Amino acid sequence: MTVAEPAAHPAPLDFRPAPGAARRGRMLSAQAGMELRLNLRHGESVLLTLIIPIGLLAFFSAVDVLPSGGRRAVDFLVPGVLALAVMSAAFTGQAIATGFERRYGVLKRLGATPLPRWVLLTGKTLAVLAIEAVQAALLVLVGLALGWHPHLPGVTAGVGWLALLLVLGTTAFSGLGLLMAGTLRAEATLAAANGVYLLLLLVGGVVFPLAELPGWLRVVAQGLPSAALSDSVRAVLADASAPSLGAVVVLLCWAVASVSVAARTFRWE
Amino acid sequence: MAEILAVEVDSLVKAYGRTRAVDGLSFGAPAGSVTALLGPNGAGKTTTVEICEGFRRADGGTVRVLGADPADQRLRPRVGVMLQSGGMYPGARAAEMLRLVAAHHANPLDPAALLDRVGLTGTAARTPFRRLSGGQKQLLSLAMAVVGRPELVFLDEPTAGLDVRARHETWDLVEELRAAGVTVLLTTHAMDEAERLADQVVIVNRGRVVAAGSPAELTRGGADGELRFRAPIGLDLDQLLAALPTGSRAEERAGGHYVIRGTVDPQFLAAVTAWCAGNGVLPNDLRVEQRSLEDVFVDLTGSELAS
Repeated sequence: MTVAEPAAHPAPLDFRPAPGAARRGRMLSAQAGMELRLNLRHGESVLLTLIIPIGLLAFFSAVDVLPSGGRRAVDFLVPGVLALAVMSAAFTGQAIATGFERRYGVLKRLGATPLPRWVLLTGKTLAVLAIEAVQAALLVLVGLALGWHPHLPGVTAGVGWLALLLVLGTTAFSGLGLLMAGTLRAEATLAAANGVYLLLLLVGGVVFPLAELPGWLRVVAQGLPSAALSDSVRAVLADASAPSLGAVVVLLCWAVASVSVAARTFRWE
Repeated sequence: MAEILAVEVDSLVKAYGRTRAVDGLSFGAPAGSVTALLGPNGAGKTTTVEICEGFRRADGGTVRVLGADPADQRLRPRVGVMLQSGGMYPGARAAEMLRLVAAHHANPLDPAALLDRVGLTGTAARTPFRRLSGGQKQLLSLAMAVVGRPELVFLDEPTAGLDVRARHETWDLVEELRAAGVTVLLTTHAMDEAERLADQVVIVNRGRVVAAGSPAELTRGGADGELRFRAPIGLDLDQLLAALPTGSRAEERAGGHYVIRGTVDPQFLAAVTAWCAGNGVLPNDLRVEQRSLEDVFVDLTGSELAS
């Protein structure tokens, strides 16, 4: 066996033109991998997407301060916090990261490579889904450790509904996040995304049941995608039933509206 | 003209509000050569290049890049871009960023070898973009422009903020690109860079082309040459001009610095020194000057090139 000797000089680079776009699959996996690595590398996004939801779940399960509509606190909280995890990854994390990418010219620069925009956006979505999978696994484990008992409407129906809700929720919140990142300045996006996150947490049926809200606020909250998502996840995981048609329609409308408005208004620079 | 133009810009206009950043600008960049857009900051160079790159739309005029509309997505694999700044994920490591761009291309250069080539080795390759020095960011941006083996490369101020060594690295790389048959269009406000690198220099000022040609053509300035010397103040220049061929010009600048312009050949030089001898004048620091691009620029625009 021969051992290659290190070259004294760097190998000559062949600059002769040989242009061409890579296969879409290669671009997509490179792009998704990059987005995922960057996300997991940023302390603030790990805090936002992993630590805060787990902390909320552990704290409010242990400290009985929340009205949970007659359920055990942990049974109410796990579905709500799972919905929160989707919002934090798809909306808040995505909006902040994309806002700064736009500000630093990353999107502009990538727009000058053969990378099609849909591959860029799909890569982001895949990274978000991967983060959500990690979040969900951790939250389920922590929930089970805290004595959570899921009540599924059968395994197939339950998993089917959860998958549909995950896709609809991720689409709706990604659309909203990209809408914000694509139109506001990066700093404004940072502030607004965190503000909206807090709002979703409070009136989104995540830790407080909508029934506890004053009437007018409840009406507003029911039209928002956050309550639609958390109530739907709760229907599947806590009540062993299908989500209400109304909630699914609300989610679907937000998904279609946010993505189409974002696609129309998004500025890459 | 038989030469193929990789970039053709004709009567380009771009306005921001009421300011015309580019105001009827035309030039062509011949394929396989290096063309430099030279001019001071704010001359409209970056706007012009960014229209060629497809980032901005022209308000008027036409631009063709490799025969296509700059907005045509099919150009992307064929064209490499170096932005003036930014363009990287702030948290991405240098090597990671270059590998990402390489993964978008079918036949990329080896990212590690290329990083090595531009001098981003060792810890620099593993440093997140936001913590690289200004010069390292520029070198990474340059590497990203060429990693996909494009036919045409746009380099916007490729050596701004670089130290001398990195500057020469960049120049060597541009020359290597030309030798490999790549067309390069770069912007610069550095005269020496344009003179050293460019086959063709397009001098831009206030959104217009004020002159274009090879560095030799531009500095020759017709057949004119320049003779400079120092002598006591107040020489009678009309008398001197009478001894020189018609069309020659002479001027005295501050402190007895004289500039004589004309067809500078041995006879011309002899005529000037003979006249001086005849008048008992000893010319000091007598020099035959070649005009630099700096002189050309000052002559054409009446202003200094900001550096």
